Amino acid sequence: MSVVNARATVTQASSLYADAWRRFARHRLALAGLIVLLILGGSAVAAPLLSRFAPNALDLGNMGSAPSRVHWFGTDDLGRDEFSRSLHAGRVSLSIGILSASAAALIGTTVGAFAGYYGGIVESALMRLVDVVLSVPPLPLVIVLSAITKPTPLILILIIAGIGWMGTARLVRSSLLTIREGEYVEAARAMGCSSLRIIIRHALPNCLAPVIVAGTLAVGNAIITESVLSYLGVGVQPPTATWGNMLKNAQSTMTTRPWLAIFPGLFIMLSLLSVNAVGDGLRDALDVRLKT
Amino acid sequence: MGTYLLRRLLGSIPLMVGVSILVFGILQAMPGGPLAVYLDNPFITGKDIALLKHQLGLDQPVHMQYLKWFEAFLTGQWGISYSSGEPVAKLIRARLPATVLLMGTAFVIATIVSVTTGVYSAVRHYSAFDYTVTAFSFLGISMPVFWFGLMLQLLLAVHLRWLPVAGFGDAANIADVARHLIMPAMVLSLLSAGRWSRYTRAGVLEVLSQDYVRTARAKGLPERAVIFRHALRTSLTPVVTIMALDLAGLFSGAVVTETVFAWPGMGSLLIQSVTKVDYPAILAILMVSSFAIVLANLLADLAYSVLDPRIVYR
Repeated sequence: MSVVNARATVTQASSLYADAWRRFARHRLALAGLIVLLILGGSAVAAPLLSRFAPNALDLGNMGSAPSRVHWFGTDDLGRDEFSRSLHAGRVSLSIGILSASAAALIGTTVGAFAGYYGGIVESALMRLVDVVLSVPPLPLVIVLSAITKPTPLILILIIAGIGWMGTARLVRSSLLTIREGEYVEAARAMGCSSLRIIIRHALPNCLAPVIVAGTLAVGNAIITESVLSYLGVGVQPPTATWGNMLKNAQSTMTTRPWLAIFPGLFIMLSLLSVNAVGDGLRDALDVRLKT
Repeated sequence: MGTYLLRRLLGSIPLMVGVSILVFGILQAMPGGPLAVYLDNPFITGKDIALLKHQLGLDQPVHMQYLKWFEAFLTGQWGISYSSGEPVAKLIRARLPATVLLMGTAFVIATIVSVTTGVYSAVRHYSAFDYTVTAFSFLGISMPVFWFGLMLQLLLAVHLRWLPVAGFGDAANIADVARHLIMPAMVLSLLSAGRWSRYTRAGVLEVLSQDYVRTARAKGLPERAVIFRHALRTSLTPVVTIMALDLAGLFSGAVVTETVFAWPGMGSLLIQSVTKVDYPAILAILMVSSFAIVLANLLADLAYSVLDPRIVYR
């Protein structure tokens, strides 16, 4: 009996991330964003099950029909089902968004960690590189890159990541400047840890929070970049549907078939709204202040 | 202050050199290289390509090409556009005013909207007005620029017929240009207005809890004077920096907006040059816009020191 009582008075130890999750769950907007994002992601994954028509199946007897009970979002100029295409486009758009943001976070963390840990000439060289890349307007640069390389989705991911890593690099570098002076880092070094091991095992876990927040917000940026590129015709090429190239396709017939322009845009906006809401919630939950 | 300014000014020179190396290097590394536009042409043989390469100096080592190009760039010789045959400098001079007009108008709209709504939200924080502004700025941040443009065209131009769908209008007729300018400027300002409004709100909220604001209130100053004379100046300092840093994003937005509204500026010139693989034009556009961004960041640093008296430069 006494043992049980004693246990009850001890407060439950909670980790940083358990605390953060509790705070996140109280953030109503962020929670709503997460739910919308899960629905969007789920419908993209389950797109073949949810749609009655294949995304690229032509129906030339049924071109440009308005939303109806059969074709919920109508059909486009080739009679393709807009609902099916919107869901399937989500697969491409969302995965390009998530993967390029992850790649950017990885590049940024690596650059920032090396710069912050080693200091000196390594730091100056890497940080000047960051300054230089930040001085070129990002969207024109990706437009040029993807117009000339005519990228496959993988290369497109790398191109989008190539303009998105600098913020994370700055964040990680500045965290490492303080972390590397910590006593536990000194202890690790005294025990004979290699620099790489110290960076990966001891330093990076301590600056993960801002990277997570910046990375989440970067997903939104990557989604919009992909959609702009595809809208301009230099991103993902037809017939593969993405929200961007569906909008490009819709523009010429916008006056007579407005639904073709409305639905893909709504999907982009919903995913940006929800990603930004989740990012906001994470920022509050992890108590991160992002500069720039 | 003077030495600080000089140091910053000198510091931006290597930055621009770095930018030029990056931009030149990227275009060098592209498949096909500068003559890619000719490779698909069946009437141009391998011999012609070799001759062209020699004539244009493309058979020289890369670093020599870069030095030649950079030297020519600095002296204002930006090359001849492959597609139109006109000097690139002339093309850019013809397109620059439209972009400056669009970006300038959008910048002014975004500044006025964001500062007024941001300050008001902070002063009345957690009021209905504050929540509305927060919701709208969140929407503005999450709105895909080109889609918003398409929707406005659909609503204001196609259905209501209030405004022209796209184009620049008659350049000699200011009223006509203004009518054409309304939609693109609204579209371009939306994202910035949303972002800056949130930063203004946060900045003012932070300053309002400071001791000197309490002092100002305690000595009986009217609330208006406290906000506008004491709080606003300090709280706008971070916003000014954000505004300057966002200039790169504003130019990116202008590229998209100009395409949606067929606005004859630098952005649509870039898209045209890109589709025609016009290397001299692409190089010059990227260089000019990067130069503008470096300059804007420099100005932001200056504004910072003028606005916030607590900052001392060594």
